[in-house]
Amino acid sequence: MTNEHIAKAFDVDLQELTQKAAEMGGLAEREVADAVAALVRRDTELATKVISTDVTIDALQREIEEKAILLIARRQPMAVDLREIVGALRVCNDLERIGDLAKNIGKRVAVLDGDFSPQKLIRGVEHMAELVLGQLKRVLDAYAGRDLSGALAVWKGDEEIDAMCTSLFRELLTYMMEDPRNITFFIHLMFCAKNIERIGDHATNIAETVHYMIEGRPIADQRPKGDTTAFASLPVT
Amino acid sequence: MHAMVHLERPAGSPANASNMATKVFARGVNVYYGEKHALKDVNLDVPERAVTALIGPSGCGKSTFLRCINRMNDTIPIARITGKIEIDSQDIYDPTLDVVQLRARVGMVFQKPNPFPKSIYENVAYGPRIHGFAKSKQDLDEIVMTSLKKASLFEEVKDRLQDSGTSLSGGQQQRLCIARAIAVSPEVILMDEPCSALDPIATAKIEELIDELRANFTIIIVTHSMQQAARVSQRTAFFHLGVLVEEGATETMFTTPRDRRTQDYITGRFG
Repeated sequence: MTNEHIAKAFDVDLQELTQKAAEMGGLAEREVADAVAALVRRDTELATKVISTDVTIDALQREIEEKAILLIARRQPMAVDLREIVGALRVCNDLERIGDLAKNIGKRVAVLDGDFSPQKLIRGVEHMAELVLGQLKRVLDAYAGRDLSGALAVWKGDEEIDAMCTSLFRELLTYMMEDPRNITFFIHLMFCAKNIERIGDHATNIAETVHYMIEGRPIADQRPKGDTTAFASLPVT
Repeated sequence: MHAMVHLERPAGSPANASNMATKVFARGVNVYYGEKHALKDVNLDVPERAVTALIGPSGCGKSTFLRCINRMNDTIPIARITGKIEIDSQDIYDPTLDVVQLRARVGMVFQKPNPFPKSIYENVAYGPRIHGFAKSKQDLDEIVMTSLKKASLFEEVKDRLQDSGTSLSGGQQQRLCIARAIAVSPEVILMDEPCSALDPIATAKIEELIDELRANFTIIIVTHSMQQAARVSQRTAFFHLGVLVEEGATETMFTTPRDRRTQDYITGRFG
């Protein structure tokens, strides 16, 4: 990165902040993976664990926020240091949201009852989750390594996930029309899929933050968007 | 001649970027103190009715540059200056120019408040009187009052104008010096670390004053406080080892400086 500060304690504080954010990133990543595994395996025990992990993530967010605010008050940071601190604040905000979305999947797993488990659809959600987890991992690596091209790759890589979510949505609609008895299940599954898609969006937010931290300005382009669920419908016959 | 000089201005230079009229125009300014090359080829456009902050580590040349603008360096026998400095397109190193007149147009406030050991009234009245600005006692009273008001000091001293200037607090003394500087209606005010000897409250008052003064004056301030430069100025110029490294809009300089040296200095990384 850059040279050391004349005041060494400032470097120590900044490192601590980044470490905490990285720690939080690791926890969020784990929580998402567990939530998806719980969904795929219908593992209510794991789902409960996901719900309890989220408390730790929330506590870490508060801790990072307090550290960041104290750093701003104490050091009056400028330029790259200021962006570093603002970056940590934004990243931990996105991670906290990611944790909430994973927790929400966990809650839904807990209420999904019965043996009804259409493997094709579950596989679809699982595959989407794999892509999102890959995005999350890469963006956290880009954050830790201040890697601009890595961040940009994540930022551009969200389109496929969006498209998958849209196609899953259409498929679920068809199933629901076929057999209204399973609508509850499909609605929950749809929310899970949407949560995963939202996690992908938070990963691109983090990519934007990494870009800002390095370059000092937002990404100029429009991000390619593939999520059209807001407009998707089935023809009424 | 002057038009040609303007044509030499590189594209994207400050005056083009800021849309502000240039008050002080410096090109190729070099200063030597004997053998020491203190200022190296400085080009800077200082916009009118705005605050320009000069920052940089001690000995970087920022005060030297400041002192070129009212020819204070003339008073140092070993100092030699080359290049061009214009105020409103007028060459201030023109041999026919009256330096006393120049210094009335370009006022200066120093690091340590240095009121004359005379009354508050006399401190402010001195300049206008020797420059013949007042036709009568009433005129002079008027100038003293307006200057003290502009310097946000009048309310605090109106009942004791005959007290000695040195009886005031440090912050008040500095505002008295600012009143003294503006009493001769200068166009440019140079400030050399005007708050470094003041407490935070007095500093805040001076900063508030600087913000008010920029409506009528062009202000150039040398400061060691990054936060102060960020708070009071619209443009910031960073000097290092006698070189003007980077100049730009203050908000850009303190959030996304272009030069690595600027970044290292403002974030406290200079070894």
